[in-house]
Amino acid sequence: MREVRVEGLAKTYGTLPVLADVSLRAAPGDFISIIGPSGCGKSTLFNILAGLAAPDAGQVLVDGAPAEGRTFGYMPQKDLLFPWRTILDNAALGLEVAGMRRRAARDRARPLFEPFGLAGFERAHPFELSGGMRQRAALLRTVVQDREVLLLDEPFGALDSLTRTGMQEWLEGVRARFGWTVLLITHDIREAVFLSDRVVVLGPRPARVRRVVEIALPRPRTVEMVTCPGFAAAEAELLAALREPAVEPGLREPDPREPAQQEPELREPDGEVHAGPDRSGRP
Amino acid sequence: MRRALALAAPPLLVVALLLGGWQWFVTVNDVRPQVLPSPLRVVEQGWEFRDVIWANTVPTLQVTAVGFAVSLVLGWALAILVDFSPWLRRALVPLLVASQTLPIIAIAPLLIIWFGFGLLPKVVVIALVTFFPIAIGLIEGFASTDREASNLLRSMGGGRWKEFRYVRLPGAMPYFFTALRIGITYAVTGAIFAEYVGARAGLGIFMNLQKNSFRTDLVLAAVVVTATISVVLFGLTYLVQRLVIPWHAKERRRA
Repeated sequence: MREVRVEGLAKTYGTLPVLADVSLRAAPGDFISIIGPSGCGKSTLFNILAGLAAPDAGQVLVDGAPAEGRTFGYMPQKDLLFPWRTILDNAALGLEVAGMRRRAARDRARPLFEPFGLAGFERAHPFELSGGMRQRAALLRTVVQDREVLLLDEPFGALDSLTRTGMQEWLEGVRARFGWTVLLITHDIREAVFLSDRVVVLGPRPARVRRVVEIALPRPRTVEMVTCPGFAAAEAELLAALREPAVEPGLREPDPREPAQQEPELREPDGEVHAGPDRSGRP
Repeated sequence: MRRALALAAPPLLVVALLLGGWQWFVTVNDVRPQVLPSPLRVVEQGWEFRDVIWANTVPTLQVTAVGFAVSLVLGWALAILVDFSPWLRRALVPLLVASQTLPIIAIAPLLIIWFGFGLLPKVVVIALVTFFPIAIGLIEGFASTDREASNLLRSMGGGRWKEFRYVRLPGAMPYFFTALRIGITYAVTGAIFAEYVGARAGLGIFMNLQKNSFRTDLVLAAVVVTATISVVLFGLTYLVQRLVIPWHAKERRRA
């Protein structure tokens, strides 16, 4: 495992600047979440990292050398499990595409079914699985390719909240066990805090890095931590960073405390975020 | 089996009622058989001439098989070419559509002048009427691939060919079978039509000859045979589909 650095990525589609200046650093075993407003270019960032689009500027370095094609394993938002393949064959797809024989690819994928909670479903078809199981199968398909960094694009976005919480706990455990390096796109601040070592906040389009928040909570993370003060403080900091007004390009970051309406008082003690006008009159 | 019976019962009942009404009408009004034979007479005379009808059915089946095979090869080749080359798509798809505006009824006699009474003109007619739905079905099937699925394949290191093989091709199969069903029903009528214009043997030319000698009953007997062939071929496509893409039916039942 090596250190991956993303430096000064910029991308413009036609006349629409999407990424202005995005830099990241991921040491082996890091879990980094990327949050930002909708449409801010997070998916474009992942497309560049996954090799689906070329940046206009900037570079991706692995231990100082330019990354070649097999650095990132990409898990898109949709599970994209193919109905004509069994779960085992879906899981082995990446290896087959890379040129491995089907039998060898299956043998590589099979041992992961147990830790992924999919044992016994090797021969099932995707439509026979629940939403959570489908996401785990999609993650398995990504992981088995053995890339340096996993790119997870809102993997739990389509799940109901109970299933999602379960998946987050599961991911926390299985990640520790296998020592993956992960970049996660999410809209869910709590998910970002719960899973990450660092959370990168992007500004609105064209995206640049607004803030990097270290999450100093101990590992392994548990559901109980969600109510601890450190957790709440991290959530508040992220929320404030997200809600900063956009800055003119060229200006540096303003004082994050400046806008009064973004005080952390808006948070309930249980960690829920309430920004509705009905709450504004509260003491 | 029970399901098949439940599916077949209503149309069979309607057919039985229609035939009954027809039989009744002919008997009561004492219609001459040259004008309208009764269903019983059609069956009786058809059975009487079963050797001749069979001798004319075989060439029709052969022509249909060869013509449809040519059509499948053409349709697949064209669809794959078009899928790999946007330029060819722009160049060929309008021509495909234009090919369907050709009045076959005017072209078919010319084909006989050009290619004689052999297999070729019939194969051309069948291919002309059936390769269009197949090619279009496949082209749309390939194009219906989720962009994100294509991206996933590329992120795995797959090029265009692997994307085609692992995503576009299997994803297009349900479209293909729909197209196949449309095509195969056209194929039999296409064959009959081509033979009608000119042939040495076949159900089409048989109908033409019997019509000229006012054997309306035998024309209708040949029609029954034609319809039976079409229905059987149509049913066979489901069987093949079940074998080739077993996942499709299961997925549909789930949804």
